[in-house]
Amino acid sequence: MSTEAVRVGTGRRSRGLLVHQLRSEQLVFWRSREAAFFIFAFPLLLFVLLGSVYHGKIYGVRAPQALLAGLIGYGCANTAFAGLAIQLVLRRENGILKRLRSTPLPPALYIVALLVSTLIVFALQTVALFLLGRALYGTPFPSAVGSLAAAIVIGAAVFAALGTATASAIRSAEGSSAVVNFILLPMAFLSGAFGPTLHYPAFLRAIGDVLPLKYFIQLVNAVYLRGHGVWTQPQALAVLAVWAAGGLIFTIFRFGWEPRER
Amino acid sequence: MYAIEVSGLRKAYGSLEAVRGVDFTIDEGEVFGLLGPNGAGKTTTVEILEGYRRRDGGEVRVLGSDPERPGPDFRERIGVVLQQSELWPNLTVREIHAIFAGYYRAPRDVDEVVALVGLQEKANARVKSLSGGQKRRLDLGIALVGDPDLVFLDEPTTGFDPAARRAAWEMIRSLRSLGKTVLLTTHYLDEAEQLSDRVAVLREGRIVRIGTPAELTSTNLQTEIRYRRNGDEVVMQTDEPTRVLAELTSAAVARGEELDGLQVRRPSLEEVYLALTAEEEAEAEAEA
Repeated sequence: MSTEAVRVGTGRRSRGLLVHQLRSEQLVFWRSREAAFFIFAFPLLLFVLLGSVYHGKIYGVRAPQALLAGLIGYGCANTAFAGLAIQLVLRRENGILKRLRSTPLPPALYIVALLVSTLIVFALQTVALFLLGRALYGTPFPSAVGSLAAAIVIGAAVFAALGTATASAIRSAEGSSAVVNFILLPMAFLSGAFGPTLHYPAFLRAIGDVLPLKYFIQLVNAVYLRGHGVWTQPQALAVLAVWAAGGLIFTIFRFGWEPRER
Repeated sequence: MYAIEVSGLRKAYGSLEAVRGVDFTIDEGEVFGLLGPNGAGKTTTVEILEGYRRRDGGEVRVLGSDPERPGPDFRERIGVVLQQSELWPNLTVREIHAIFAGYYRAPRDVDEVVALVGLQEKANARVKSLSGGQKRRLDLGIALVGDPDLVFLDEPTTGFDPAARRAAWEMIRSLRSLGKTVLLTTHYLDEAEQLSDRVAVLREGRIVRIGTPAELTSTNLQTEIRYRRNGDEVVMQTDEPTRVLAELTSAAVARGEELDGLQVRRPSLEEVYLALTAEEEAEAEAEA
């Protein structure tokens, strides 16, 4: 076999492995009722609850539309950050990651499949939010679909980097979901995922000002509420890039495939 | 051709020397037992061979590769059963086999492997509904689904009840008939004796004895002769059992007596092992 043929064969095999692993990840995710409920359905449930509480206008648009944008932000953090971190810690501590390392599945391919699988869940969740908003509250579908898709990919990437970093920092499976939620819920509250933060005390808003979720929601607001392109928000993109880089660097130095508990 | 060659292997964790110069070879198709108490360096040795850990010194070849820089086929050809692992609880036995089968270029048939490890009746059961023994069989199944040439079994029956151990032993014996090379670690002597072609006894990071189970029990320790005289148990240890026994029995015959409860016993692997352990401890005390 020529080198060229080997390379083509390897490429085809990698694609086959990626598709196989994506299917496996989706099967693992949807088969677990807890994951499917808390990661996928919980933001939808919150949207229904908050949408029935808030009335009038927020950010100059009807309340349900603004809430929908905030819950896309919460969904992103919930799926790509919290869900991914908890799953990774469990898999590491249960020895699944270590077990996979002994197989011919390349580690990079495993990570890519896991990230794409997380993105698929988040994208489906976003679609479900729009359908639900339309059905219950008459919210519009997004006009800048391309920019919204770009925002979703960017958000998933940023929060996945933070999710893997958090998984790398957590030492044991026990209590990992408590730790993750201890970060997630205040972050969502302070970033305006559950409603505007304009009337919060100044110090709470100051904390919110450094959190990545605030800037992701800002991005979604610009795209969905005002129909702007994603590139009209350079400041938000810059803050998100810094958080993503921090998460990525921490992950590269601290991520482990083997159980920490002995 | 050796499946595994190890010479002068060393590994330390900080100041703790887990493996201090280990040498052995394993033939293709051989079942090799690494026997020792907890902390003897068994798992460290195996994990270096599997490619999980880097060694500090020595030479290692596994299927012709250095596991630190494995060839492209290395992971196609090994199967690993870890000491503890817990797979996705909501998937079924068959689904997990199929997921792992998908990682290999030439896997075995999934249903065939499920049957081989005796889980055919549980093929559609979720992992969380399996017993501890069945979960270990699942671990073995996914280690075999890639059709490996070499299988690593790290303490495959720890925590099993006797019936489950017997079943696991049958399965490990069936690996031999498939022509697989097996490296097995255990701290059960009977397990090493029952399953292995050869056994290395590991103690504090060194191999203190290596050979077939028969060789290990025939060397070193004296044969034990027991009988009862006037209700008291008499125990004799000897290197010359034939002569001692002949003297004993001819004297008894001459007196017209029967030797009550006469027994001649070769030392079991367990006794050899305990003796080796005691030697080490005596040396350690002498040094201290």
